[in-house]
Amino acid sequence: MARMKFLCDAERCIECNGCVTACNNEHDVPWGINRRHVVTIKDGQSGEKSISVACMHCPDAPCAAVCPVDCFYTTPDGIVLHDKDLCIGCGYCVYACPFGAPQFPEESPFAVRGKMDKCTFCAGGPGLDNSVEEYKKYGRNRIAEGKLPLCAEMCATKALLAGDGNIVSEIYIQRITKRGSRPETWGWETAYNFKSGKGKNP
Amino acid sequence: MTTTNRLLPVRRLAIIAVLISLLGGVMYYQVVSSDPSNPRANFWRVIRAGIPAYTSTPAQGHTILIQNGGENWREIRNGIITRISPWIIILALIGMAVFYLIVGQEKLEKPRSGVKIIRFTRDERIIHWYTAGLFIIMAITGLSLLLGRFLLIPLLGHTLVSGYLGASKILHNYCGPLLLIGIVSEIVLWLPFNIPRKIDFDWLKNMGGMIGSGPRPHIGKINAGEKGWSWLIFLFGGTVGITGILLDFPIWDQTRYIMQVSHVIHATVAVLFVTVSLGHIYMGTLGMEGVFEAMWTGSVDAVWAQQNHDLWYEEKMRETGETPATASPQNEQRA
Ligand code: SF4
Ligand code: SF4
Repeated sequence: MARMKFLCDAERCIECNGCVTACNNEHDVPWGINRRHVVTIKDGQSGEKSISVACMHCPDAPCAAVCPVDCFYTTPDGIVLHDKDLCIGCGYCVYACPFGAPQFPEESPFAVRGKMDKCTFCAGGPGLDNSVEEYKKYGRNRIAEGKLPLCAEMCATKALLAGDGNIVSEIYIQRITKRGSRPETWGWETAYNFKSGKGKNP
Repeated sequence: MTTTNRLLPVRRLAIIAVLISLLGGVMYYQVVSSDPSNPRANFWRVIRAGIPAYTSTPAQGHTILIQNGGENWREIRNGIITRISPWIIILALIGMAVFYLIVGQEKLEKPRSGVKIIRFTRDERIIHWYTAGLFIIMAITGLSLLLGRFLLIPLLGHTLVSGYLGASKILHNYCGPLLLIGIVSEIVLWLPFNIPRKIDFDWLKNMGGMIGSGPRPHIGKINAGEKGWSWLIFLFGGTVGITGILLDFPIWDQTRYIMQVSHVIHATVAVLFVTVSLGHIYMGTLGMEGVFEAMWTGSVDAVWAQQNHDLWYEEKMRETGETPATASPQNEQRA
């Protein structure tokens, strides 16, 4: 069995938010929820890096460990899914998750939140694969259709990779062994007067 | 010829040794003189520390790429609070059972006189039972949310427990502010009676004559045990109330860190609060004869008052203009 993983190559991500848009569109995600989001570190400064992040489908998932109704389960592919029929909207998964993946349709007084929503690795949820009900609650089940997550498929620079962890890391290893320890962009250092090795531009 | 031949391997060995030591020296120099910090690694290390960054979809905490508090919170909640809290409560129950078996009920020493002395007004009793009822609801729903996954799901299955905990969450979140109102009213109402005095320390020495030997100490309307419980209500109630409000109203942009800290404080103090309340429930019912009616009907028997709150009893008698000795059984004393 494959072990599904996401990997975002920060050297390639250009913060176009194409993955976010692809996901929101594919799954008809409720307004205000973004199952995937792009974070830009050192925005506007030298050394700026962007990275796309969603649920990372942790092996020892903190969200699943703290859920009071135990509504998470991990598929044989290592995808962490949850059952919205069991979720009581307590918010504990958000407190525990390192990546801010779980989200809620509302945050109202008396901690009314609705059902938790998060990235499913395009694998839907419990219940019949590709049923209307599954689509309404969890979005499309591309995994059941034999496809990989749409965000990675749509990524213009192929910064975002999704799929079997071994293949994903193989691709990444090929990239970084050729890349050296500098950005690959030709002429960059000459044009922008960057002194190699002085460490200002990581 | 033969000498040279014999020396050749030795010379080779010497050359190899020199080369190896040179190479080692060069490697050593490279390692020592290179910058040990890797700029890329440092960059990601900073991310790991949870610094805020930019995102075009900033809601729901998304400006932080990795928040580390979650794993700590998980360890504290799952590893410490859920593991230890059932034992704290079970030990308290065992302790109370042992206390009951050894010390037993504090009996009235004289037969009831039939004279009633008003101890709590109607308003006080309404506030007490309002608070007590809500407290019990909050304790049961709160403990269910904390321990239900481990205690109830194996027995009842996921669907039933999810329904029950869903209802518990709603009850807990709506009753919480109502309980806080009750606790604040109790503080306002009873704070003046609960200022510690010197005689309270004498009372504490043998718990008002319940344990050990020695004479029953003099005490006014409220004894040191009741005062202690009141102060714990003020302290625990205030702490649980403030953290509870923070958890209950996620509308002021509380960070996840604030929620984690609030939850840990809320759960820990609440478990202690429930544990101490068991002691209060015991003392108010089983632990002492004639005490329950004080809060239920509002008045106590004169004999109970004289035995347990002698100074208050004498004060009451003076107020009504009768000497304690001549208190007639037919007269209802007014507060
Ligand atoms: S929701 Fe968060 S904690 Fe749970 S598997 Fe996804 S990334 Fe991990
Ligand atoms: S919000 Fe739902 S999924 Fe998250 S911990 Fe609570 S019950 Fe579980």
